[in-house]
Amino acid sequence: MKRIYLGEFEEIVLLTVAVLGDGAYGVSISDAIEEQTGRSASLSAVHAALHRLQEKSMLHSRMGEATAERGGRRKRLFTVTALGNRTLNEIRTVRNRMWDSISPQNFPAVSI
Amino acid sequence: MIKRTQPPRWASRLLEWFCADHLLEEIRGDLEERFQKNAALFGERSAKREYVANVLGFMRPFAWKEKSSTPLYTQIMISNYFKIAFRNLVKHKGYSSINIVGLATGMTVAILIGLWIYDELSYDKYHKNYDRVAQLLQYQTSNGNEFAEVAMPFPLGPELKNKYGSHFKYLSMATWTGDNILSFGDKKMNKKGNFMEPDFPKLASLKMIHGSEDGLKEQNSILLSESTAKALFGETDPVNQLMKINNKLDVRVTGVYEDLPYNTEFRELEFISTWALFVSSEPWVQRARDQNQWGNNSFQIFAQIADNTDFETVNKAILNAKLNNVADDEKKYKAKIQLHPMSEWHLRSNWENGIQTGGAIEYVWLFGVVGVFVLILACINFMNLSTARSEKRAKEVGIRKAIGSVRGQLISQFFSESLLVVLIAFALSLVMVQLSLSWFNEVADKKIEILWTNPFFWIAGIGFSLFTGLIAGSYPALYLSSFQPVKVLKGTFKAGRFASMPRKALVVLQFTVSVTLIIGTIIVYRQIQHSKNRPVGYNRDGLVMIQMSSPDFYGKFDLLRNELKSSGAVEEMVECSSPLTGVWSNSGGFQWQGKDPELDADFATVWVTHDFGKTVGWEFKEGRDFSRDFSTDTSAIVLNEAAVRFMGIKDPVGQTVKWGSDKDAPNFKIVGVIRDMLMDSPYEPVKQAVYMLSPHNVNWIVLKLNPAKSASESLAGAEKVFKKLIPAAPFDYKFASTEFASKFDAEVRIGKLASVFAGLAIFISCLGLFGLASFVAEQRTKEIGVRKVLGASVFNLWKLLSKDFVMLVLISLFIAIPVAWYFMNDWLQKYDYRTDISWWIFAVAGVGSLFITLLTVSYQAIKAALMNPVKTLKSE
Repeated sequence: MKRIYLGEFEEIVLLTVAVLGDGAYGVSISDAIEEQTGRSASLSAVHAALHRLQEKSMLHSRMGEATAERGGRRKRLFTVTALGNRTLNEIRTVRNRMWDSISPQNFPAVSI
Repeated sequence: MIKRTQPPRWASRLLEWFCADHLLEEIRGDLEERFQKNAALFGERSAKREYVANVLGFMRPFAWKEKSSTPLYTQIMISNYFKIAFRNLVKHKGYSSINIVGLATGMTVAILIGLWIYDELSYDKYHKNYDRVAQLLQYQTSNGNEFAEVAMPFPLGPELKNKYGSHFKYLSMATWTGDNILSFGDKKMNKKGNFMEPDFPKLASLKMIHGSEDGLKEQNSILLSESTAKALFGETDPVNQLMKINNKLDVRVTGVYEDLPYNTEFRELEFISTWALFVSSEPWVQRARDQNQWGNNSFQIFAQIADNTDFETVNKAILNAKLNNVADDEKKYKAKIQLHPMSEWHLRSNWENGIQTGGAIEYVWLFGVVGVFVLILACINFMNLSTARSEKRAKEVGIRKAIGSVRGQLISQFFSESLLVVLIAFALSLVMVQLSLSWFNEVADKKIEILWTNPFFWIAGIGFSLFTGLIAGSYPALYLSSFQPVKVLKGTFKAGRFASMPRKALVVLQFTVSVTLIIGTIIVYRQIQHSKNRPVGYNRDGLVMIQMSSPDFYGKFDLLRNELKSSGAVEEMVECSSPLTGVWSNSGGFQWQGKDPELDADFATVWVTHDFGKTVGWEFKEGRDFSRDFSTDTSAIVLNEAAVRFMGIKDPVGQTVKWGSDKDAPNFKIVGVIRDMLMDSPYEPVKQAVYMLSPHNVNWIVLKLNPAKSASESLAGAEKVFKKLIPAAPFDYKFASTEFASKFDAEVRIGKLASVFAGLAIFISCLGLFGLASFVAEQRTKEIGVRKVLGASVFNLWKLLSKDFVMLVLISLFIAIPVAWYFMNDWLQKYDYRTDISWWIFAVAGVGSLFITLLTVSYQAIKAALMNPVKTLKSE
């Protein structure tokens, strides 16, 4: 299987798009990331990641409607593609499997 | 209404500048949204700060305007431009070929002239020390005129070495490069060579192939050029072989040097022997040395100045090197010694009254100007035709624009068309240059090659092509592309009344240049013809000259004469001191009764044997020829008319002339006066000359071939006699008429080149005219049809169409004639014996160019006039 590589930030952006559903565009994604992870994500970083994800065919985009607060400019709305979905699932499976294979005595992080 | 805060404008601008267009909307939208939110939450200042930070954050590759997003598209467009351009060329084959051929012809001329100029300017650059080598030159004043000459007195050489040695790195005395007989075993051949000092090979940086450049240090040695060595020795090693010069000097070959290239002043130097050998073999040279003859200017001196000095300093130092040493009675000549740098030998070697007046550099300028003009003519054609054609393409422009072409694309379209034409023309011209080069080299006496490997040649050629393409393409590209499609397509567009004005002006310029060139050519030929037909004062027919280049020739006068005459090949044989086509000796110091003491009595002096006059056929004005009947004729003298005028005496026959100022100086009795006999330059007045009898002081044999036999038959007979009596010398003869004709070589060459260029100029101009005429005829087809229907005759229509062009040519005639007269009159001034510019030359040039114009235009005019009006008017 062709290995698909996603950076950590890309993964977060992709997840956020999936979380946001129909309303995923630059500003909303940036806001959501801040909300979800507590870290600030600059617009340019988000755009760059979206651009890369689109190049990797994990995102699909279309132009949305224009709003007044945007100075009458349209927003680009993103949705996760099938490939994006599969990739997210794969990542999740791998992670879960790994989590599951950690023996309890090696679980310092969870024993508060 | 709440006034919305605005993000900083400069930051938005910056974003627009660097951000890719297809991303700009969403990015700006996101930034704006974030800004508005920030402004509401945290205030305007903080929002602005973050906006700027965000904009700067977008300066990363994914958002940049991508240069690479257009290449495929541009590539396709450019290939499309050329495709369309090519289709246009093929569609209008006539125009295209006129355009390309005209331009290629112009470029060919320009390239040939460019190569010629390059060759002229690189003359002598073969020598490494090109800019430090010079020949010694002296200015002397005589009868109020200052003359420059390169002949030097013997003692000047040692003087320069001893007193001024620190100024020179190398110094070499030399005699004059001329024919000498080289012999090795049975092989004998005439080769041009010189006798020089050991410094010369270093001074001229000869490239030694065998042996050493120091070879000349040994008195009896000789250096051979590569080709001479081949001719004499074939494949055997020439070094250390023993051979003879002029059958009397034994020498050993000590070196072989690479042949000097054709564009060097020393190109004729086929061998170099030693100066010491020359001195030891010639008693008169020894006398010049031993008696310190400062007045005997018979040698050349070449020098390379020291490394730490320059020509100016050396010139100052050596100025009086001769004057300080000459006898008191020669001080009046005010001899000034100067250096003539190698860089000026070829191009600047004319002097008039002590001032350098150029030389071949004038021809460099002349042809440079001609080349530029011919090229301009070709460019004008190109421009005229493309502007004329372009009006037809206005509709095309309209449609293109309507379909959605932007102006930039139309500009590129037209430029690529003109560039294509120019590049094809350039390629064609390279082919034409290659083909015509051998002819050109022959006419111009050059050995030029195309500088295929010279980057400058390519830069110049391609640079020029681009330049022409841009200039010629600029009118259609910039003007046509500005049309409004609505007007053009509706048909309301019309070129203004004056749209053709620049075109007309250019045609006038073309014909002015062409006619000027033609008039110039005619005048050059007239001048050559005029000088050729100049009365020479003797009869050249069947006169053959043989130089007495070895001692074997001497003392056999009677024997030779009797044998030659009895063989029937030769009518008469005489000997004399100069060839018939040159004066080898000039002498001063003549005294006569009533002589102005201030006058420098400088005469051409020619020694002859009996029957000289009869043989060459000179004409007596007064008195008689030398005669065997008078034993006193050994002290008789014959003058020419110029001498009588110069001396200012009446009744010259019978008077005495004394040569020298001593008491026992010889007296000569004038026995006759001949009509001027032209021996030197055919463009200058004949110099005052004296002819004396001497069986000893002779260098040339002159034969009058038997007119009853053919020249080749007679020469074969003469050769037999020479081979029998003088077996050691090759039978090497020159016809007096050929030698005379060779004096016109330079002028004939210029004339031939000028006529070819003038011809091409008129050809190019007519080509342009032809194109324009056909264009005009095409444009007026409807008008002609209407006129025909209304009853106009073919003659009327022909007149209508030709009139405009004839007018233009008439205007250019009016400009060309005074211009040509001015320049050619100036050119003729430098010849003392010159033709006059008569009115018929202008008439011929004028009528000729009008005739050619009519011929060119009429073809199109008559073709248009003969068309069936039904056909032309049918479609609307």
